[in-house]
Amino acid sequence: MRRIVAILLLIIVALGISLSLAKIPFGTPKTKVGRHYINEGVKETGAANIVTSVVLSYRGFDTLGEVTVLFIAAIGLGAVLTGATEKKARKTEPASLVLYTGCRLLFPLILIFGSYIFIHGHLTPGGGFQGGAIIASGFLLIYLGCRERRISRKASKLTESLGGLLFVVTGLLGLAFGGYFLSNFLPKGTANELFSAGIIPIIYIAIGFKVGSELASIIDNLIEES
Amino acid sequence: MSFLADYIYYIGAFGLILIGLYIILVKHNLIKVIIGLGILDTGVNLFLISIGYIAKGTAPIFSKPGIDSEYMVDPVPQALVLTAIVIGVAVLALALSLAIRLYQHYGTLNLRKIREQRW
Repeated sequence: MRRIVAILLLIIVALGISLSLAKIPFGTPKTKVGRHYINEGVKETGAANIVTSVVLSYRGFDTLGEVTVLFIAAIGLGAVLTGATEKKARKTEPASLVLYTGCRLLFPLILIFGSYIFIHGHLTPGGGFQGGAIIASGFLLIYLGCRERRISRKASKLTESLGGLLFVVTGLLGLAFGGYFLSNFLPKGTANELFSAGIIPIIYIAIGFKVGSELASIIDNLIEES
Repeated sequence: MSFLADYIYYIGAFGLILIGLYIILVKHNLIKVIIGLGILDTGVNLFLISIGYIAKGTAPIFSKPGIDSEYMVDPVPQALVLTAIVIGVAVLALALSLAIRLYQHYGTLNLRKIREQRW
Protein backbone atom coordinates (compact mmCIF):
# COMPACT_ATOMS: atom_id res chain seq x y z
CA MET A 1 0.00 0.00 0.00
CA ARG A 2 2.65 2.44 1.12
CA ARG A 3 4.81 1.47 -1.83
CA ILE A 4 2.01 2.14 -4.34
CA VAL A 5 1.28 5.57 -2.84
CA ALA A 6 4.99 6.41 -2.97
CA ILE A 7 5.28 5.37 -6.62
CA LEU A 8 2.17 7.39 -7.55
CA LEU A 9 3.61 10.45 -5.79
CA LEU A 10 6.94 10.01 -7.59
CA ILE A 11 5.19 9.74 -10.97
CA ILE A 12 3.34 13.01 -10.31
CA VAL A 13 6.61 14.72 -9.26
CA ALA A 14 8.43 13.38 -12.35
CA LEU A 15 5.66 14.56 -14.69
CA GLY A 16 5.64 18.05 -13.22
CA ILE A 17 9.43 18.36 -13.34
CA SER A 18 9.75 17.07 -16.91
CA LEU A 19 7.00 19.42 -18.14
CA SER A 20 8.80 22.41 -16.64
CA LEU A 21 12.24 21.21 -17.75
CA ALA A 22 11.13 20.80 -21.38
CA LYS A 23 11.24 24.59 -21.62
CA ILE A 24 14.86 24.79 -20.36
CA PRO A 25 17.11 23.51 -23.16
CA PHE A 26 20.33 21.80 -22.13
CA GLY A 27 23.66 23.41 -22.98
CA THR A 28 22.64 27.00 -23.75
CA PRO A 29 23.66 30.10 -21.81
CA LYS A 30 20.87 31.05 -19.41
CA THR A 31 21.88 33.75 -16.96
CA LYS A 32 23.13 37.23 -17.74
CA VAL A 33 24.84 37.55 -14.37
CA GLY A 34 27.13 34.59 -15.11
CA ARG A 35 28.19 36.20 -18.39
CA HIS A 36 28.92 39.46 -16.54
CA TYR A 37 31.08 37.62 -13.99
CA ILE A 38 33.09 35.98 -16.80
CA ASN A 39 33.58 39.20 -18.76
CA GLU A 40 34.34 41.55 -15.89
CA GLY A 41 35.36 39.25 -13.02
CA VAL A 42 39.13 39.39 -13.47
CA LYS A 43 39.05 43.18 -13.78
CA GLU A 44 36.78 43.67 -10.78
CA THR A 45 38.26 41.19 -8.29
CA GLY A 46 41.74 40.31 -9.59
CA ALA A 47 41.21 36.55 -9.23
CA ALA A 48 41.88 34.35 -12.27
CA ASN A 49 39.45 31.69 -11.05
CA ILE A 50 35.95 33.07 -11.64
CA VAL A 51 34.29 30.51 -9.36
CA THR A 52 36.47 31.74 -6.49
CA SER A 53 35.63 35.35 -7.20
CA VAL A 54 31.91 34.47 -7.14
CA VAL A 55 32.25 32.51 -3.89
CA LEU A 56 34.33 35.05 -1.98
CA SER A 57 33.81 38.43 -3.59
CA TYR A 58 30.39 38.71 -5.22
CA ARG A 59 28.73 36.32 -2.78
CA GLY A 60 31.11 36.57 0.18
CA PHE A 61 28.38 37.18 2.73
CA ASP A 62 26.53 34.09 1.47
CA THR A 63 29.71 32.05 2.03
CA LEU A 64 29.93 33.33 5.61
CA GLY A 65 26.42 31.94 6.14
CA GLU A 66 27.41 28.59 4.63
CA VAL A 67 30.49 28.35 6.84
CA THR A 68 28.18 29.01 9.80
CA VAL A 69 25.90 26.13 8.72
CA LEU A 70 28.94 23.83 8.63
CA PHE A 71 30.02 25.06 12.08
CA ILE A 72 26.56 24.42 13.55
CA ALA A 73 26.44 20.91 12.04
CA ALA A 74 29.85 20.06 13.57
CA ILE A 75 28.85 21.52 16.98
CA GLY A 76 25.53 19.65 16.87
CA LEU A 77 27.28 16.36 16.12
CA GLY A 78 29.60 16.90 19.09
CA ALA A 79 26.69 17.80 21.37
CA VAL A 80 24.63 14.75 20.31
CA LEU A 81 27.46 12.25 20.68
CA THR A 82 29.66 13.50 23.54
CA GLY A 83 29.36 12.02 26.99
CA ALA A 84 26.30 9.89 26.25
CA THR A 85 27.64 6.47 27.07
CA GLU A 86 30.21 5.37 29.59
CA LYS A 87 33.33 4.54 27.71
CA LYS A 88 34.20 0.92 27.35
CA ALA A 89 37.85 0.21 26.86
CA ARG A 90 37.81 -1.12 23.34
CA LYS A 91 40.52 -3.44 22.19
CA THR A 92 41.72 -2.38 18.78
CA GLU A 93 43.84 -4.59 16.67
CA PRO A 94 47.00 -2.73 15.59
CA ALA A 95 47.24 -1.90 11.91
CA SER A 96 49.57 -3.88 9.71
CA LEU A 97 53.09 -2.66 9.05
CA VAL A 98 52.31 -1.62 5.48
CA LEU A 99 49.34 0.53 6.55
CA TYR A 100 51.27 2.03 9.49
CA THR A 101 54.32 2.99 7.41
CA GLY A 102 52.20 4.21 4.52
CA CYS A 103 50.14 6.43 6.82
CA ARG A 104 53.23 7.96 8.43
CA LEU A 105 54.75 8.54 5.01
CA LEU A 106 51.65 9.96 3.33
CA PHE A 107 50.26 12.18 6.09
CA PRO A 108 52.66 15.16 5.65
CA LEU A 109 52.32 14.94 1.87
CA ILE A 110 48.53 15.10 2.15
CA LEU A 111 48.79 18.14 4.45
CA ILE A 112 51.09 19.91 1.97
CA PHE A 113 48.80 19.09 -0.95
CA GLY A 114 45.73 20.38 0.91
CA SER A 115 47.53 23.61 1.82
CA TYR A 116 48.58 24.03 -1.81
CA ILE A 117 44.95 23.62 -2.91
CA PHE A 118 43.63 26.31 -0.58
CA ILE A 119 46.50 28.79 -0.95
CA HIS A 120 46.19 28.71 -4.76
CA GLY A 121 42.38 28.87 -4.69
CA HIS A 122 42.26 32.12 -6.66
CA LEU A 123 44.53 30.82 -9.45
CA THR A 124 43.78 27.13 -10.07
CA PRO A 125 40.79 24.83 -9.53
CA GLY A 126 40.29 24.37 -5.81
CA GLY A 127 39.92 26.51 -2.74
CA GLY A 128 39.29 26.49 0.99
CA PHE A 129 36.49 23.96 1.03
CA GLN A 130 38.29 21.45 -1.18
CA GLY A 131 41.65 21.88 0.56
CA GLY A 132 39.98 21.48 3.96
CA ALA A 133 38.36 18.24 2.82
CA ILE A 134 41.76 16.93 1.64
CA ILE A 135 43.36 17.78 5.01
CA ALA A 136 40.54 16.03 6.85
CA SER A 137 41.12 12.93 4.70
CA GLY A 138 44.73 12.96 5.96
CA PHE A 139 43.45 12.89 9.56
CA LEU A 140 41.11 10.01 8.64
CA LEU A 141 44.18 8.13 7.37
CA ILE A 142 45.85 8.71 10.77
CA TYR A 143 42.83 7.20 12.56
CA LEU A 144 42.88 4.17 10.28
CA GLY A 145 46.63 3.58 10.19
CA CYS A 146 48.15 4.73 13.49
CA ARG A 147 45.30 3.70 15.78
CA GLU A 148 46.71 4.92 19.08
CA ARG A 149 47.27 8.47 17.79
CA ARG A 150 44.55 11.03 18.53
CA ILE A 151 44.19 14.64 17.48
CA SER A 152 43.97 17.16 20.30
CA ARG A 153 40.41 18.45 20.60
CA LYS A 154 41.57 21.70 22.14
CA ALA A 155 43.87 22.41 19.19
CA SER A 156 41.18 21.62 16.62
CA LYS A 157 38.66 23.87 18.42
CA LEU A 158 41.28 26.65 18.56
CA THR A 159 42.11 26.37 14.83
CA GLU A 160 38.43 26.37 13.96
CA SER A 161 37.68 29.45 16.06
CA LEU A 162 40.72 31.34 14.75
CA GLY A 163 39.71 30.57 11.14
CA GLY A 164 36.19 31.88 11.69
CA LEU A 165 37.54 34.92 13.53
CA LEU A 166 39.97 35.73 10.68
CA PHE A 167 37.09 35.62 8.18
CA VAL A 168 34.88 37.98 10.21
CA VAL A 169 37.74 40.35 11.12
CA THR A 170 38.75 40.63 7.43
CA GLY A 171 35.14 41.48 6.61
CA LEU A 172 35.01 44.11 9.34
CA LEU A 173 38.30 45.64 8.15
CA GLY A 174 36.68 45.89 4.72
CA LEU A 175 33.79 47.72 6.38
CA ALA A 176 36.25 50.12 8.01
CA PHE A 177 38.47 50.82 4.97
CA GLY A 178 36.28 50.08 1.93
CA GLY A 179 32.84 51.18 3.04
CA TYR A 180 30.94 47.85 3.10
CA PHE A 181 31.28 44.43 4.73
CA LEU A 182 33.85 42.15 2.99
CA SER A 183 34.92 44.85 0.54
CA ASN A 184 38.23 44.16 -1.18
CA PHE A 185 40.38 46.86 0.43
CA LEU A 186 43.83 45.41 -0.37
CA PRO A 187 45.57 46.12 -3.73
CA LYS A 188 44.45 43.65 -6.40
CA GLY A 189 47.82 43.24 -8.15
CA THR A 190 48.13 41.52 -11.50
CA ALA A 191 46.02 38.43 -12.17
CA ASN A 192 47.68 34.97 -12.27
CA GLU A 193 50.21 35.84 -9.55
CA LEU A 194 50.20 34.33 -6.06
CA PHE A 195 49.97 37.71 -4.31
CA SER A 196 46.95 39.09 -6.12
CA ALA A 197 43.21 39.47 -5.66
CA GLY A 198 43.40 41.36 -2.36
CA ILE A 199 41.60 39.70 0.54
CA ILE A 200 40.46 36.59 -1.41
CA PRO A 201 43.51 34.39 -0.56
CA ILE A 202 43.38 35.48 3.09
CA ILE A 203 39.73 34.45 3.41
CA TYR A 204 40.32 31.17 1.57
CA ILE A 205 43.20 30.29 3.90
CA ALA A 206 40.91 30.99 6.89
CA ILE A 207 38.18 28.80 5.36
CA GLY A 208 40.71 26.04 4.62
CA PHE A 209 41.85 25.85 8.26
CA LYS A 210 38.27 26.06 9.51
CA VAL A 211 36.83 23.37 7.22
CA GLY A 212 39.82 21.06 7.77
CA SER A 213 39.62 21.21 11.56
CA GLU A 214 35.82 20.92 11.53
CA LEU A 215 35.77 17.81 9.36
CA ALA A 216 38.66 16.32 11.39
CA SER A 217 36.72 16.89 14.62
CA ILE A 218 33.63 15.28 13.03
CA ILE A 219 35.75 12.20 12.20
CA ASP A 220 37.19 12.23 15.74
CA ASN A 221 33.73 12.40 17.35
CA LEU A 222 32.29 9.65 15.17
CA ILE A 223 35.21 7.30 15.90
CA GLU A 224 35.69 8.06 19.60
CA GLU A 225 32.19 8.43 20.98
CA SER A 226 30.15 5.82 19.15
CA MET B 1 17.79 9.06 -29.76
CA SER B 2 18.93 12.67 -30.06
CA PHE B 3 16.51 13.55 -27.26
CA LEU B 4 18.27 11.07 -24.99
CA ALA B 5 21.69 12.39 -26.00
CA ASP B 6 20.65 16.01 -25.43
CA TYR B 7 19.02 15.52 -22.05
CA ILE B 8 21.11 12.71 -20.57
CA TYR B 9 22.36 14.84 -17.65
CA TYR B 10 18.88 16.01 -16.71
CA ILE B 11 17.62 12.43 -16.93
CA GLY B 12 20.46 11.13 -14.77
CA ALA B 13 20.07 13.86 -12.17
CA PHE B 14 16.32 13.34 -11.88
CA GLY B 15 16.81 9.59 -11.83
CA LEU B 16 19.01 10.05 -8.76
CA ILE B 17 16.54 12.48 -7.15
CA LEU B 18 13.57 10.13 -7.68
CA ILE B 19 15.53 7.10 -6.40
CA GLY B 20 16.46 9.05 -3.27
CA LEU B 21 12.87 10.17 -2.68
CA TYR B 22 11.58 6.61 -3.15
CA ILE B 23 14.07 5.27 -0.58
CA ILE B 24 13.11 7.98 1.93
CA LEU B 25 9.39 7.30 1.49
CA VAL B 26 9.39 3.50 1.52
CA LYS B 27 12.27 2.10 3.59
CA HIS B 28 11.99 1.40 7.32
CA ASN B 29 15.66 1.10 8.19
CA LEU B 30 17.09 4.42 9.35
CA ILE B 31 20.51 3.81 7.76
CA LYS B 32 18.81 3.20 4.41
CA VAL B 33 16.83 6.42 4.79
CA ILE B 34 20.10 8.31 5.39
CA ILE B 35 21.61 6.67 2.29
CA GLY B 36 18.55 7.90 0.38
CA LEU B 37 19.21 11.43 1.65
CA GLY B 38 22.76 11.17 0.34
CA ILE B 39 21.58 10.02 -3.11
CA LEU B 40 19.04 12.88 -3.21
CA ASP B 41 21.81 15.35 -2.31
CA THR B 42 24.01 14.07 -5.14
CA GLY B 43 21.14 14.30 -7.62
CA VAL B 44 20.38 17.92 -6.72
CA ASN B 45 24.06 18.88 -7.06
CA LEU B 46 24.32 17.19 -10.47
CA PHE B 47 21.14 18.94 -11.62
CA LEU B 48 22.44 22.40 -10.61
CA ILE B 49 25.76 21.81 -12.40
CA SER B 50 24.05 20.54 -15.57
CA ILE B 51 21.80 23.63 -15.70
CA GLY B 52 24.92 25.81 -15.85
CA TYR B 53 26.54 23.80 -18.63
CA ILE B 54 27.13 25.37 -22.04
CA ALA B 55 27.76 23.22 -25.11
CA LYS B 56 31.50 22.75 -25.74
CA GLY B 57 32.08 24.35 -22.33
CA THR B 58 35.35 24.84 -20.47
CA ALA B 59 36.09 25.71 -16.83
CA PRO B 60 35.68 29.42 -15.99
CA ILE B 61 39.34 29.96 -15.09
CA PHE B 62 41.66 32.40 -16.88
CA SER B 63 44.75 30.28 -16.34
CA LYS B 64 46.57 31.75 -19.37
CA PRO B 65 46.40 35.29 -20.74
CA GLY B 66 44.33 35.59 -23.90
CA ILE B 67 42.12 32.55 -23.23
CA ASP B 68 38.80 32.44 -25.08
CA SER B 69 35.94 33.23 -22.72
CA GLU B 70 33.04 32.55 -25.07
CA TYR B 71 32.49 28.90 -24.13
CA MET B 72 33.09 29.18 -20.40
CA VAL B 73 30.32 27.56 -18.35
CA ASP B 74 28.17 29.54 -15.92
CA PRO B 75 30.20 30.04 -12.67
CA VAL B 76 27.24 30.73 -10.36
CA PRO B 77 25.86 27.15 -10.02
CA GLN B 78 29.42 25.86 -9.59
CA ALA B 79 29.99 28.29 -6.70
CA LEU B 80 26.72 27.16 -5.08
CA VAL B 81 27.45 23.44 -5.44
CA LEU B 82 31.03 23.89 -4.16
CA THR B 83 29.76 24.82 -0.71
CA ALA B 84 26.70 22.54 -0.90
CA ILE B 85 28.89 19.42 -1.19
CA VAL B 86 30.84 20.15 2.02
CA ILE B 87 27.67 21.10 3.89
CA GLY B 88 26.01 17.91 2.63
CA VAL B 89 28.82 15.86 4.16
CA ALA B 90 28.46 17.62 7.52
CA VAL B 91 24.66 17.24 7.56
CA LEU B 92 24.94 13.52 6.70
CA ALA B 93 27.38 13.13 9.61
CA LEU B 94 24.87 14.87 11.92
CA ALA B 95 22.09 12.52 10.74
CA LEU B 96 24.34 9.49 11.34
CA SER B 97 25.14 10.69 14.88
CA LEU B 98 21.40 10.97 15.60
CA ALA B 99 20.96 7.43 14.23
CA ILE B 100 23.74 6.21 16.57
CA ARG B 101 21.98 7.72 19.61
CA LEU B 102 18.60 6.28 18.53
CA TYR B 103 20.16 2.83 18.27
CA GLN B 104 21.73 3.18 21.74
CA HIS B 105 18.36 4.22 23.19
CA TYR B 106 15.96 1.79 21.48
CA GLY B 107 18.21 -1.06 20.43
CA THR B 108 16.82 -1.02 16.89
CA LEU B 109 17.02 1.07 13.74
CA ASN B 110 13.60 0.04 12.42
CA LEU B 111 11.51 3.20 12.26
CA ARG B 112 8.22 1.30 12.65
CA LYS B 113 9.37 -0.38 15.88
CA ILE B 114 10.72 2.92 17.23
CA ARG B 115 7.34 4.51 16.59
CA GLU B 116 5.56 1.69 18.46
CA GLN B 117 7.74 1.93 21.55
CA ARG B 118 6.90 5.59 22.31
CA TRP B 119 9.73 5.80 24.81
